[in-house]
Amino acid sequence: MSADAGPRRIGLRSFAWLVGLVLIAPTLLIVPMSFTSGGILLFPPPGFGTRWYVNFFQSQLWTSGAVTSVKVGVAAAVLATVLGTLMALGIVRGRYPGRPVVMAIVLSPLIVPVVVIAIGMYFVYTDWRLAGTMPGLILAHTSLAIPFVVVNVSVSLRTFDRTLELAAQNLGAGPIRTFFRITLPLISPSIVAGALFAFIASWDEVVVSIFLSSPLVRTLPVVMWGQVRSSIDPTIAAVATMLTATTVVILSLVMLAQRRSRATR
Amino acid sequence: MSQVARQGRRAGSIRSPLDAWALLAMPGFLFLVVFFLVPLVRMGLRSLTDPSPANYRIFLESPIYLRVLWTTIRTSLIVTVVCLLIGYPYAYVMHHAGPKTRAALTVLVLVPFWSSLLVRTYAWTVLLQDSGVINSVLRDLGLIDEPLQLMRNTLGVTIGMSHILLPFMVLPIWATMRRIDPDLVPAAESLGAPPRAAFRKVFLPLSLPGVFAGCLLVFVLALGFYITPALLGSPQNAMFSELIVNMVSERLRFGVGSALAMTLLAVTLVLLAIGSRFVRLGDALGGMESR
Repeated sequence: MSADAGPRRIGLRSFAWLVGLVLIAPTLLIVPMSFTSGGILLFPPPGFGTRWYVNFFQSQLWTSGAVTSVKVGVAAAVLATVLGTLMALGIVRGRYPGRPVVMAIVLSPLIVPVVVIAIGMYFVYTDWRLAGTMPGLILAHTSLAIPFVVVNVSVSLRTFDRTLELAAQNLGAGPIRTFFRITLPLISPSIVAGALFAFIASWDEVVVSIFLSSPLVRTLPVVMWGQVRSSIDPTIAAVATMLTATTVVILSLVMLAQRRSRATR
Repeated sequence: MSQVARQGRRAGSIRSPLDAWALLAMPGFLFLVVFFLVPLVRMGLRSLTDPSPANYRIFLESPIYLRVLWTTIRTSLIVTVVCLLIGYPYAYVMHHAGPKTRAALTVLVLVPFWSSLLVRTYAWTVLLQDSGVINSVLRDLGLIDEPLQLMRNTLGVTIGMSHILLPFMVLPIWATMRRIDPDLVPAAESLGAPPRAAFRKVFLPLSLPGVFAGCLLVFVLALGFYITPALLGSPQNAMFSELIVNMVSERLRFGVGSALAMTLLAVTLVLLAIGSRFVRLGDALGGMESR
């Protein structure tokens, strides 16, 4: 490297670190502010306490939102994982015409603008009497979560060592036994990761949920959306902190699952 | 082992003629068709029949709609440029860093990627509002008397959207950089090219496919943004998605709302279709997508 590379490199590196800091700073800053003892969010907070967390757990509005979110998220994650894993197998292993069409439809929930999806679902789910109900939210979130499972599981199906399957078959295992004894254990970490991503996709979903919620059935982000626009209640900061904490915990689980999958290769 | 051996004669059957694998994809496929695709198709029909295709003439009804369209395109362009200016050097540093730095920088990009968009947008309102963190700090330092207007304008929307879309720029660029032969730049330098020229003539052109993929993805995703402009912008610089929601949930003009939504969908799909002829969109999905 010649002379001027040094300082330029240091400058670039500091720039990248600065950007990285700005990326997480807003989310991190909410954490101390949510523990404010004051009645409104001020910086720096006048004092610290858990007052707004207590408020959250005492509020019917917030807690019922949280319960709905967990129920919808778990149900959507389970459905999406089963359907998505089967689809990944069908897409990666199958040799039939129309596979690109299947793939395009799987990925389309990632590409179609979310407002467009929300409006379309709102009309049709209303006709089907699914709007404003828990099943409606679960079905909508499942379709949005399926791509994450399919993408995760297909990657692992494409990359694992297929000679292991051939070996099992040479030793006399049938296709079904080979699948359950060899293939499934090898791809299971990516199925777990896919399921967790599916849960996050549902847990954080706002726009479709706004349209499919009713006053009786509302997810946590929908409650938060209503509050953010109408009040400056610091409980919102407490909720934001808890939502982020949930996501961070789940992402750590994903990383653990992926590390295990690498270890089994 | 002996159990396994008994099934030996079935070993060849995994390659059955009409693919049994295709059947596995069916339940999920049908699910998406019914619960995802049918709503979009029905909305398309509604845009033509509720009451008539004249819904699409909404843009001629008032200059406001064209202005919203222009605001949306302009904001998306600004956000794309901001993401590129920040994202390219970031990806460059990620590419050249040691494993630990790279892992840290990757996490810093990916954690926001996966954390709630609503939470991050809300966090920006806490930072940017008149009584927010930035204005408080500047006032306490004696740098300003009146709070700076940091949100409810294009600046706020640009900050919030660039923050959320940056990963979609960084990941495809980085993926492309990783495919560049690491010996090329040293080769150029050993042949006498100064580092700057080696970068400009060798590395930069090879990384351009990632740049195009990132720009396309950021621009297209930005066109459809709703939550961030709704919270950080103002009615004067409303974006297209806000117009659609307003049409459907406040003005109850479902046919017109459908027509606007179909327009947004068509623009998105056309841009992606054109773009995917030139760039590998698989890269755009970064670490999630397979090679």
